[in-house]
Amino acid sequence: MSWWNWQSALDALPLLLQGFGTTLVATIGGTVIAVFLGLLIAVLLRTLPAWVNWLPKLVVAFIRNTPLIVQLVFIYTLFSMNEALIQVPALTVGILVIGIHYSTYMSESYRAGIDAVPQGQWEAISALSLPPVRSFRSIVLPQALRATVPSLGNYAVAMFKDTPFLMAIYVTELVRTAEQIGGRTFAYTEAFTLAGLIFLAASYPTSLLIRRLEKSLATY
Amino acid sequence: MGDNLTLLIDSLPQLWDGLLITLQLTVGGAIGTVLIAIVLGLGMLAPTGWISVPCRVIVEFFRGTSLLVQLFWFFYVLPIVLDIDLGPLTCGILALALNYGAYSAEVVRSSIVHVPKGQWEASMALSLSPARRMFRVIFPQGWALMIPSLATLQIQLLKGTAVASFITLQDLNDRIDILRQATGDTMFSYTVGLLIYFVLAWLIQVGMDALERSAKRRLGRGDGKKGLFSRLTGRPEAKVVTA
Repeated sequence: MSWWNWQSALDALPLLLQGFGTTLVATIGGTVIAVFLGLLIAVLLRTLPAWVNWLPKLVVAFIRNTPLIVQLVFIYTLFSMNEALIQVPALTVGILVIGIHYSTYMSESYRAGIDAVPQGQWEAISALSLPPVRSFRSIVLPQALRATVPSLGNYAVAMFKDTPFLMAIYVTELVRTAEQIGGRTFAYTEAFTLAGLIFLAASYPTSLLIRRLEKSLATY
Repeated sequence: MGDNLTLLIDSLPQLWDGLLITLQLTVGGAIGTVLIAIVLGLGMLAPTGWISVPCRVIVEFFRGTSLLVQLFWFFYVLPIVLDIDLGPLTCGILALALNYGAYSAEVVRSSIVHVPKGQWEASMALSLSPARRMFRVIFPQGWALMIPSLATLQIQLLKGTAVASFITLQDLNDRIDILRQATGDTMFSYTVGLLIYFVLAWLIQVGMDALERSAKRRLGRGDGKKGLFSRLTGRPEAKVVTA
């Protein structure tokens, strides 16, 4: 065990936990954006007439099928070249981009959930001639969300594991902290192993919780 | 714009070099992913805990720790601990294959489980050996079920290759930045770069759709053809958990 030094591991831990705080902020901020924007996209794609629908569909597909890292650097560079936007902190840019990226995934979950609402419900809506906003808010969404929530949770966990990409725009989250510790003290082994364990300790129980939630909601 | 196009043409050889690195990572990662997924996915279904529990632990481990952590571990820590230096390209392929392989293993497992029960019972009734039952009856049907989710993961893998620039590889992601420096036009260079990734993702989807059709044909099932445009925009939600 000459490659593992408990003292370096102990020294690294407070810094790593500090980086983990930033990771959590990014995850929560990104999830909030993705949850709302995803719903907006799903409802928008459903209500827009077919002849304009292809454009937002293409944009969503483009964001979903291109690398998050490239998008992060792209938007960060655009921000840093604009005098009005240069003050925006990298973390905010990161949260924005990661939130938009995952909203394209979450919109798919919402779409699947809305599609799963039984045909009879739609017929009842038109029989009662409910206005569109009311029918979405009071009839469709409450039923659709039951099927959607576990899937949104899975994407939030996936986003959590993608937050290290933020180091591409110099956000000092968990993994960048680990790399800095490694560069300074050469304790790469301790820093990266602990970083991995912190990720595992946070994501595995969450995944289990989501699986249980999925089972309890699926009975409906 | 005219200047940009000239500069783009000038930097095509560099972009091509970057594309080659990205393709090597994608293809190497994809082959590794499928092999790991089949081994671990079937391993998790093994009747004895001696095989299924370690496979499950490996899968949860590589799903639970982030791709970038694994990449850095192979790149920085492996040379320290085991005194082997794999070089950045192998590190990249290994990390991508293990990470997406773990996700895909779960797809393999869940698809095999979802092959109708009657098929299992029928092959038992015919007293096929466990190996024949799996590889002649169950797996071909599971294979047709797992391809759509595997396609999603292969595109995730392609997107994941962009991490390579963190470990000194000059992949497509890295070359886009060089194009940006040459043109001084961020909007132009990143649009070009993202478009290349988008086309690659589309090609993966086309390939996987063809694979799915051939898998279904072999099972004697008809195929629903998709329009060229709807492949990426109308992709059905993967049925298997992603996290």
